[in-house]
This record gives sequence, structure tokens and C-alpha cells, in this order.
Amino acid sequence: MHAAALQATTLGRRAVVRTARQPANIVFPLIFPMLLFAVNSGGLRAETQLPGFPTDSFVAFAIAVPFIQGALLATVNANVEFARDIQTGFLNRLALTPVRGIVLLLGQLGGLLTIALVQAVFYLVVGVAFGVRLETGFAGALLLLVLEALIALAFASFGCWAALRTGSTEAVQGLFPVFFVFLFLSSMNIPRNLIETDWFRWVATINPVSYLIEAVRALVIYDWHWEPILLGFAVAIGMSLIGFVLATHALIQRMART
Amino acid sequence: MAPRDNSIEAHGLVREFKKGPRAVDGIDLRVDAGEIFGFLGPNGAGKSTTVHMLTTLLPPTAGTATVGGYDVVKEGPQVRKTIGAALQEAALDPYLTGREHLRLQATMHGITGDERKRRSNELLTRVGLTEAADRKIRGYSGGMKRRLDLALALVHRPRILFLDEPTTGLDIQSRTALWEEVGRLAKEDGVTVFLTTQYLEEADVLADRVGIIDHGHIVADGTPEQLKAEVSRSTVEAVPADPQQKGAVAAVLERFGTPTAGFGPESVAVQLAANDGDLAQIVRALDADEVRISQLQIHEPTLDDVFLAKTGRHLEGAGDGEQQDEAAG
Repeated sequence: MHAAALQATTLGRRAVVRTARQPANIVFPLIFPMLLFAVNSGGLRAETQLPGFPTDSFVAFAIAVPFIQGALLATVNANVEFARDIQTGFLNRLALTPVRGIVLLLGQLGGLLTIALVQAVFYLVVGVAFGVRLETGFAGALLLLVLEALIALAFASFGCWAALRTGSTEAVQGLFPVFFVFLFLSSMNIPRNLIETDWFRWVATINPVSYLIEAVRALVIYDWHWEPILLGFAVAIGMSLIGFVLATHALIQRMART
Repeated sequence: MAPRDNSIEAHGLVREFKKGPRAVDGIDLRVDAGEIFGFLGPNGAGKSTTVHMLTTLLPPTAGTATVGGYDVVKEGPQVRKTIGAALQEAALDPYLTGREHLRLQATMHGITGDERKRRSNELLTRVGLTEAADRKIRGYSGGMKRRLDLALALVHRPRILFLDEPTTGLDIQSRTALWEEVGRLAKEDGVTVFLTTQYLEEADVLADRVGIIDHGHIVADGTPEQLKAEVSRSTVEAVPADPQQKGAVAAVLERFGTPTAGFGPESVAVQLAANDGDLAQIVRALDADEVRISQLQIHEPTLDDVFLAKTGRHLEGAGDGEQQDEAAG
């Protein structure tokens, strides 16, 4: 294997191992989104009676949300650890080796993607166990995992940027409520066209998280409805690119080695 | 271009931080190949900032420096290949094992496969961590962490080693073990060692040459013996049996040298006028004046005397309240 690829893989492996050895960082991102999913599915089931609601199954409608929450939780946990690496001087240790900054970033993000994908498979299995049926079938499930990887990458790169910019675990933890505000001000619980409050519908429309949720949802409840899927991919890729550029810039400043 | 050797050289090295004073203010130093150089100073003196500049982690504001013959500003990657460093914080991942740390560090240095395994085992044996190799770091003692930190710095067989306060917080046994290993690296492997410390004893025991830094300036540089001989002579300290006789004791002692401070409130101390001062003569003089004493000691000059002579303060406690500057670096 090429040296840089081996270095990135080793760093990614470290991120996964470190998470795996902290049970709280595994259990909470698996359980919390599922609990919220169960509560919402029970409490908001009547929404399916609304004229124009896109499916008869609220469980199928709601399963999109855990995928976004899981990506957020994995991002926050992993980047808190990354910020801790900066605080403790671990990043300086790595900076003293010939490893390139971009490899370091790819290793960190790679580890996080692995964790997010494991979580996504768990949500999918639980969803199926609760009666969710993917209208797009097995191919849709695979595409859903690819989309989940991109969504995790989008959040993760912004998290990396925050960690590198501030070097503070508290600052990265502070991102969690900010991300959650975006989530709650999206179409997570109701389709945008059915939101009756004007300002909320407007906010949900300009909120990129709505498009991520709607893409995941489209893969579950529609039979290859491409528009929301493509929009979701475009938003995820766009966010990833912006986040990655910001994170790379912050990394160059943070690792101001000569 | 400087020859590619194992030396370290700095000329007029300066580091300024935005909201602080000059942490390092124009230092000149030279460390020869295979030498152990002790960089001694209180907290906040500029030791760590100097190490960060010499290891390429921090660009200097002004001045030049070469490490292993490579310019620290223009040839950073070559410097990093040449050096190993154990910085002030033993930055280890509490959730990884010692062996996993070595594997990670070796891979980052491009060492893979069997060579990585062989080198890891060799270093674990060398620092006495073979048995603890597969335990997570969170269960390691401070001494074990420091030894692993040293092993990590040696993974790629560096020619020059930077150790930033490697024994701070360690018990005497761990400290002695680390000293032995560092001494062996220099003597047997010819590694140049740049060691910062705030411990006088460490510099005295370990270093071939010592540089003393205070407020970003090097105030003294030489072998410990040279420095002590230059600035200081032996000191005699006497404690009168009757505190009322303190004046009488002082009067006797002052015949042999000049009064000096820095000892206990009940003591009288003088720095002897000559290094071959005879304690027996002093005892006879005290006896002749019928002054009774409860304690009489002769103190050989220490690096603290050097520090006192150069800065007007004792090294211990000199950096209190100045740690913010160092932290900034």
C-alpha cells in the first residue's frame, strides 16, 4: 500500500478503536436516535391522515431522522476527541513526523465515516425490524449508505474545522445544539408542503438539513423519486466540499510547522 | 550551507507572541554532536518556546537556527526526519496501548511490516515496557508514560533528540531510570540530546554542557564545573546554639568570606574568599571566640548559585507567576 494511504488507514483505524473503547460513544449514538424515532413514530402517527401526506407508514417517514442524528452524534464525538488531540499535544506529536496534513485530515474523517456507516446499518436493521420497507429495495439501501457517508462527511468536515480552529473540546461540544437547531427547523417531522406556518416553512426550505432528510426519506418511501435524492446528494457534496476547504485551511494554520 | 552533522546552532533566535513579551529574546547557542545539552531555567523562561522553534513546530520571529545542518525555517521536513522529540506534555492516547502507539508512530515515519514490529519490540524492551505493552495508557504511571514517550521519539532512529522537561513530576526512581537511558543514548549511540529542565540536579548530573535561560535570554553557558567555578565559591553556613549569638557567629565567619543570603532565618552564611577554605580553621576561630554552634555545614557551589549570581534570584520559585508566557509558546 502507498505510504500515505497506509498512514491515513492507520489514523482512521485509531479513530475507530478509540471510539470502540469508549462504550458511551457507541451506545448513545445508537440508542438516542432510536428512542426519538420510537417516540415520534408513536406520537405523530396521526400525521399520515393529513391530505397529501406522502405515505401511510409514519415509521417509514420518520426513519430518515435517525440517519441524520446519528451522523451528527458521530461527528460531535469524533471531533471532541480530535480537539482533545490538539489540547493534549497529540497533534504536535504527529506534526513532528513526515505525515502530510491532508493525510491526517483524511485519516480522521475516514475513521468517522466508518463509525457513521456502522451506525447507519444498525438504524436500517432496526427500521426493517419495526416494519419499514424500502421502496427502492436493496439497491436503495446501498445508495442510502453512500448518502449517509456523504452526510457524515459534511457534518464531520465542519466539526473538524471547529476543532482545528478553536482547539477546544468545549467549542466542538457546543456545535451539537447548533446542529440540532438545524435539525428541528427542518422537515424532519412533516413534509415541507404541509407546514402551515409561513416562517417555519421558509426556514425549513432554506435549511440544507431538510434536503438531506428528504433524500434519505425518498429512498425509503418512494420508488426511485430522483429529484429529492439528487438534491440531497448535491447538498451533502456541497457541504462536504465547503467544510473540507475550511478544515484544510484551519489545519494549515494549526500545524504551523515550517 | 552548514555541514550535515548532529549539531544544533542558533543565532539571534527570537519569538514574539501577539499579546505577550518576547518569550525568546535573541538567543545564541551551539550544541555539538553527541553532546547532552541541559537547557536550564524556571517556568516561563522560554525553554519550551525554544524547543518548539528548533523542532520546527513554531516559526521564529527573527534569527536563524540549524538542526543537524538543516535550517529550521527553510528545511523543516529534513529537520523533522533528523530529530526525535518528547515534548513537555507526554501526549498519549489513553485508549490505545503502548504497542499501538509505537505502531502508529512507526507508520507515520514510513516504517512498516516486520521492521515496524521488530523496532517496536526493541524499543519496548529498551524502556522496560514489554510486559505493559498491551495495556491501555490510562493504566500507566507517570514514569511509564514518560518512558513510552521516549520510545516513541526514538522510533525512526533520530540523530538528535529533544526532551522537554522529561522528568517533571516523576519520582526519583523513574527519574534516575530515564537519566540512565538518556546518558546511554548519547554515549553509546552518539545521539545529540537537547534537554530542558528546571531541575538543577538533572542538569548537573546529566548534561555535558548547560545553558541557563531567564526571561528569554541565555544568562550563562558552559560545563557545569566551569559555570560553578566562574561565579561561585564554597559557602559555610552556621547555626548558633543560642540565637542571641547570631551576631557573634557572623563576626567570626566574616573573617573568612562575604556574607550571603538564601539560607534559613537562624543561619549565618558566608561565601568563602578562597575555594580551599579550611573548615577546621573556622571551627577553631569560633571556639576561640567562645561561640557555640549547633550546626556547621560547608556547601559546594551549585548551579543555583550560578543562577543566583546571574539573575539575583534562586532558580526554585523564580518562574512563579511567569508560566503564562511559557504556555503561550
